[in-house]
Amino acid sequence: MCLGVPGQILDVVESPLRLGRVAFGSTIKEISLACVPDAGPGAWVVVHAGLALDQLDEAEAMHMLECLNALAEGVEQEEA
Amino acid sequence: MRFVEEFRDGRKAQALGEAIRRKVMRPWTLMEVCGGQTHAIVRFGLDELLPKDLTLVHGPGCPVCVTPVAIIDQALAIAARPDVTFCSFGDMLRVPGSAEDLFLVKSRGGDVRVVYSPLDAVVLARQLPERQVVFFAVGFETTAPGNALAVAQAADEGLKNFSILVSHVRVPPAIEALMASPQCRVNAFLAAGHVCSVMGTEEYHPLAARFRVPIVVTAFEPLDLLQGILMAVTQLEEGRAEVENQYSRLVKAGGNRPAQALIQRVFQVVDRTWRGIGPIPDSGFGLRPELAAFDAALRFGVQDVGGAESPDCQSGLVLQGLLKPPQCPAFGTLCTPDHPLGATMVSSEGACAAYYRYRRFDPAH
Repeated sequence: MCLGVPGQILDVVESPLRLGRVAFGSTIKEISLACVPDAGPGAWVVVHAGLALDQLDEAEAMHMLECLNALAEGVEQEEA
Repeated sequence: MRFVEEFRDGRKAQALGEAIRRKVMRPWTLMEVCGGQTHAIVRFGLDELLPKDLTLVHGPGCPVCVTPVAIIDQALAIAARPDVTFCSFGDMLRVPGSAEDLFLVKSRGGDVRVVYSPLDAVVLARQLPERQVVFFAVGFETTAPGNALAVAQAADEGLKNFSILVSHVRVPPAIEALMASPQCRVNAFLAAGHVCSVMGTEEYHPLAARFRVPIVVTAFEPLDLLQGILMAVTQLEEGRAEVENQYSRLVKAGGNRPAQALIQRVFQVVDRTWRGIGPIPDSGFGLRPELAAFDAALRFGVQDVGGAESPDCQSGLVLQGLLKPPQCPAFGTLCTPDHPLGATMVSSEGACAAYYRYRRFDPAH
């Protein structure tokens, strides 16, 4: 039930619910962005049951993937 | 999809598996707390990349599974009323109460609807002023801000025909109860990433220190889970017991403050009974007294309705990591997704459902 799906904000209507359209691939849904007050169009958020839980940090995601790439290269070199 | 596909890369997964195999020197048992993590582990076969000395056991983090039979029976009593439109996440409809489930109530003409969000139920209450609209507010901390937002919105609009049946649970007291049990054999936890995106990581430091147990906040994709496992076994092999955050692209130490403020406004910490496990102090959220008008159990007078679990269901042992689903005598015979004895067989996050779906014909399991 704690499933969270990454999506990209397309637009926001400022209101108490802070509703906005979020794209999940080709699917677009209306989502409450009330808990991500600083996130605007273009930002990536993780959405759970109609509410954005928080904004994704793209730099952190890239850093993790770069570290794992280095790990994979190291393992492959040792095995070569 | 971005932020999904790149975390399923097979080459990096193999490298992480090799790093884990090199790191593990002694036998260890890890528990992934969240049912979403359990499903990813079983679906992607991540446990097959691990050394035989490393055992994964599946935790209680499936809110559908731990909702007590008594509250399911309360839901059934409310949903059967002719004046009620009963809204729920789809997972709850097949969960067995004492005698039946919400699908049966619906088949008899009950107005039971599956909604995507609690906010959809508020919209329905606005559209159907002649009906009582009830939302089944089940979930962990991840789901609490959305449910709180729905109640806050209904209160702000003065909606008199909206209420929620609350069965909210919290992760840290469950970890404490598991670790305090003399049967516990867990050496480290993968904590639930989305719970921590809301609540942060601060609640976990006292648990790591008191029980000398590493706790790694972990996300849900294969690379995330393997990296979380590597971080946990690294701590174990080095003799450390700390809180670490694998899900740094989403989870902050302090969590999400606006979400916490919503929870604070609407809910308070209460004792809860967990299906299959029993009562755990301070392990849930209930509505604050000043919002009692939105409490469906009080509104419909069902707070004393209770029910009993099937004696054949061993989901309590599964939820505590003491039994793997295929070890249950009823698994796949008396108990299947079409005829479940317990919620772990029907929920999309239930461990029994994961094994039935992905491992039913695997003699190794």
